[in-house]
Amino acid sequence: MAKLNLNRVPMPRQDPKKRGKNFNEVALGYSLEQAKEEASRCIQCPKRNCVTGCPVGVDIPEFINAIREGDMPEAVRMLKSKNALPGICGRVCPQETQCEATCSLAKKGAPIAIGRLERFVADWERANVGAAKPIDPPKPTGKRVAVVGSGPAGLTAAADLAKLGYSVTIFEALHVAGGVLMYGIPEFRLPKEIVQAEVDYVVSLGVKLELDAVVGKLATVDELLNNGYRAVFLGTGAGAPMFMNIPGENLNGIYSANEFLTRVNLMKAYCFPEYDTPVKIGRRVAVIGGGNVAMDSARCALRLGADKVYIIYRRSEAEMPARREEVENAMEEGIEFRLLTNPKQMLGDEQNWVVGIECYEMELGEPDDSGRRRPVVKEGSEFTIDVDMVVEALGTRPNPLVASTTEGLETTRWGTLVADEETGKTVKDKVWAGGDIVTGAATVISAMGAGKHAAADIDKFLRG
Amino acid sequence: MYKILLKQDLVPGIHLFRVAAPAVAKKAQAGQFVVVRIDEKGERIPLTIADWDEKEGSITIVFMEVGTTTARLALLKEGDAIADFVGPLGVPAHIEKFGTVVCVAGGVGTAVVAPIARALKQAGNKIISILGARSQDLIFWEDRLGSVSDQFIVTTDDGSYGRKGLVTEPLKELLESGEKIARVIAIGPAIMMKFCSLTTKPFGIKTIVSLNPIMVDGTGMCGCCRVLVGGETKFACVDGPDFDGHQVDWDLLFARQRIYLDEEKCSFEQWQKSVQG
Repeated sequence: MAKLNLNRVPMPRQDPKKRGKNFNEVALGYSLEQAKEEASRCIQCPKRNCVTGCPVGVDIPEFINAIREGDMPEAVRMLKSKNALPGICGRVCPQETQCEATCSLAKKGAPIAIGRLERFVADWERANVGAAKPIDPPKPTGKRVAVVGSGPAGLTAAADLAKLGYSVTIFEALHVAGGVLMYGIPEFRLPKEIVQAEVDYVVSLGVKLELDAVVGKLATVDELLNNGYRAVFLGTGAGAPMFMNIPGENLNGIYSANEFLTRVNLMKAYCFPEYDTPVKIGRRVAVIGGGNVAMDSARCALRLGADKVYIIYRRSEAEMPARREEVENAMEEGIEFRLLTNPKQMLGDEQNWVVGIECYEMELGEPDDSGRRRPVVKEGSEFTIDVDMVVEALGTRPNPLVASTTEGLETTRWGTLVADEETGKTVKDKVWAGGDIVTGAATVISAMGAGKHAAADIDKFLRG
Repeated sequence: MYKILLKQDLVPGIHLFRVAAPAVAKKAQAGQFVVVRIDEKGERIPLTIADWDEKEGSITIVFMEVGTTTARLALLKEGDAIADFVGPLGVPAHIEKFGTVVCVAGGVGTAVVAPIARALKQAGNKIISILGARSQDLIFWEDRLGSVSDQFIVTTDDGSYGRKGLVTEPLKELLESGEKIARVIAIGPAIMMKFCSLTTKPFGIKTIVSLNPIMVDGTGMCGCCRVLVGGETKFACVDGPDFDGHQVDWDLLFARQRIYLDEEKCSFEQWQKSVQG
């Protein structure tokens, strides 16, 4: 047996000093040589453990083998037969807890960089239009399916159903498709051109896109079902922001992460005034939260020109839900982490502008429901951080619009929809749901997995 | 794209568009709004639905030029198209038979009040309308609002037409007249809505206002439009835009409407330079 190669090919990245001042992508992607070198580390083990770690079941060893052999069109075909959005997944999937965690080389500390290879294949295809064989058009079933929401769950469900011959229409409330991929994740982590290209691919499969269409207002789910759609998939995400409910939160200069990121990413406020939508440029910015959205917000604030950006998080680094890679990126760029710190109230001036956050110091107590040690206030530890802008990245909950306008759906006390874990079937006839609307805010790939499973179940149902 | 079927310049600085949006027209109700984005580089702004025609498949919007987006919008002509036109958003106005309802309309707010007054009239209410403007040349839809009103009062700040003074004066007189008034609807500039609410409060008469904070998506996604009502934070886009005027924290609304004053000025100057070449 050949000796194991445990040297992962590193990802070339923009220099931290430079990238803190631009919105260009941080990770630059492999060259063909680098991709081949990384691919050749794969031992093609028969267990295919990596595939079991992938929520959409990509044939990972096969597409990696195609890269090693330099057969890029085949690599594209293998990858896209299971995943309609590889350029997105290759960038934002938490591979370290999924396929790369189950890779046979993970035990040796050097799993194959599956995500980077996936990204390479997607980028190669975009740069070599027409080189990969298009898939054969399916036989039309003549049946219409409505997909509500064009985020990762909706796009995946739509693509899979279109490939099975259904006539699919996606209804999207915003003016572009992509959901959180467009409004939430910043350009420097997921260029919008990539998202658009993958949305275009889904459209090329015959999927119809209805933008500016707010289901629940423009048409209800029942109206869709009465107007010729034989099934409806709800992939409306977790798009409503949460606030802390502490004094001073409505001061000027305090944003939900959703608002801040929507202004910056979707509305391109970083190009203001060329683009009409403004965003405040904070000098001293505090971002509250420890997830990926908090890291994204902090790094956007830095790129917009802040002198100082803090992450304020009530637990310690070990409990941070953000991807390790994103925490490291943020640290490298000079974001200051104020851990075991929790806001008590926001302080404002007489013009209603935020000027500071009064915080508590925290310490870790016994584990809570999430299994993480519960942060406890240190009494009398209050101190103030001077800021002129705050972004609250405390997580999101489902937008109640669809559930509140649809009879017969069941919701949990968190506002998520009740749906079968395997199939996404809701308790309402002909209605499926998947992604954050069911799980609460989670990952792009788990939403895609849910879209995939629901599409298969819808197909089974419509075949009768 | 959403085509402009008709454009009318109602008064200097206030324009009317009838826009082809059949799906929105099918669902629109009084008190709801649309979010408009002119083009690729445009911002999303909320505009109240002033009227709708399901048969024609059109929505009527009335807007005042106050900044870059509304100034850019005003340059569009019949036959031009708007990139995005999302709606109908927000909770419709509460319509039922209350008895006598006083509808107070200030400036461009007349276009918001008119369909609500019409719906209230159709529901069997007696409508007393008060239309206020700075001067005669800024008054529009007098006939529209008048035609659904049992009693109709016009005020101008400068006395050039109707009664000289503010809308709150005839409002107070009506409240003092002893006529049983079930409800007051006051829609116009925030400062007018605040003072109408202050006027009715001692009389304990429910007063509904339509709030107009800054919005982005208009569907409850961002929280930019948060207002404090009865001590609770609400999103005007999905919880409103109509609220109980006696419960609204007006100072917070005024402060939050000023968040982007500097940016708005910068954007407007930049735009002016670009159109002057």
